[in-house]
Amino acid sequence: MLAVTRAPLSVDALAAEVEASVRTRGEGCGALASFLGVVRATHQGRAVRYLEYEAFDALALKVFAQIQAEAADRWPGAALGIAHRVGRLSIGEASVVIVAATAHRAESFQVCRYAIERIKQIAPVWKHEFFEDGEAWVEGAVVNPDDEAARARALEIACM
Amino acid sequence: MHVNVRLFARLRELAEAESLTVEVPTPATAATVWRALCVTVPALTPFERAVSCAINTNFSRMSQPVADGDDVAFLPPVSGG
Repeated sequence: MLAVTRAPLSVDALAAEVEASVRTRGEGCGALASFLGVVRATHQGRAVRYLEYEAFDALALKVFAQIQAEAADRWPGAALGIAHRVGRLSIGEASVVIVAATAHRAESFQVCRYAIERIKQIAPVWKHEFFEDGEAWVEGAVVNPDDEAARARALEIACM
Repeated sequence: MHVNVRLFARLRELAEAESLTVEVPTPATAATVWRALCVTVPALTPFERAVSCAINTNFSRMSQPVADGDDVAFLPPVSGG
């Protein structure tokens, strides 16, 4: 249920895997929420030609497993799948797919939102944008996995 | 001792290498390795306050000791998702 891959992402495949993992657990699975991050055609007014994503694959998989554990701690019985693409992506292609499975609908959206916020904070993945007139690395959060305030902020956003 | 440094994204581009061997005196921490790296590649110096590190594929503080042969990865601010 966790992957870093150069291949195109499939929300259906990940959803099937996540659903199967909780089908017979506890109350069972009554809700699947998915989130796809996709390549946008513009960034701050500049026309994007394509993106390249790079990851520290082995550490990214550990981080995804940590996010799974955090979600299971906050939402007992929930299951979470995360697949992140690396390499060259065209406009409209999915860079990340997240699927959350829970017994009831409200929690599935919360788990999905929590996962994407945590990925933005701590996943060792980098986006390189190529524009019509240049290129730039996007540099967001300085990773600090011990930062409990960041984790609390992700929880707060997820439960708004 | 020698450690194996891995660099990603803009750090990798600035150093023109995704991995390199860095020699540091014993004892040393990740911060010692970073400073030795910045002597070899001065262009990395501005990242001092924004860099994170992982020793042997575990997130680590810059104050954590390193051992001979360790893999030390330096990570610029992330932008996944």
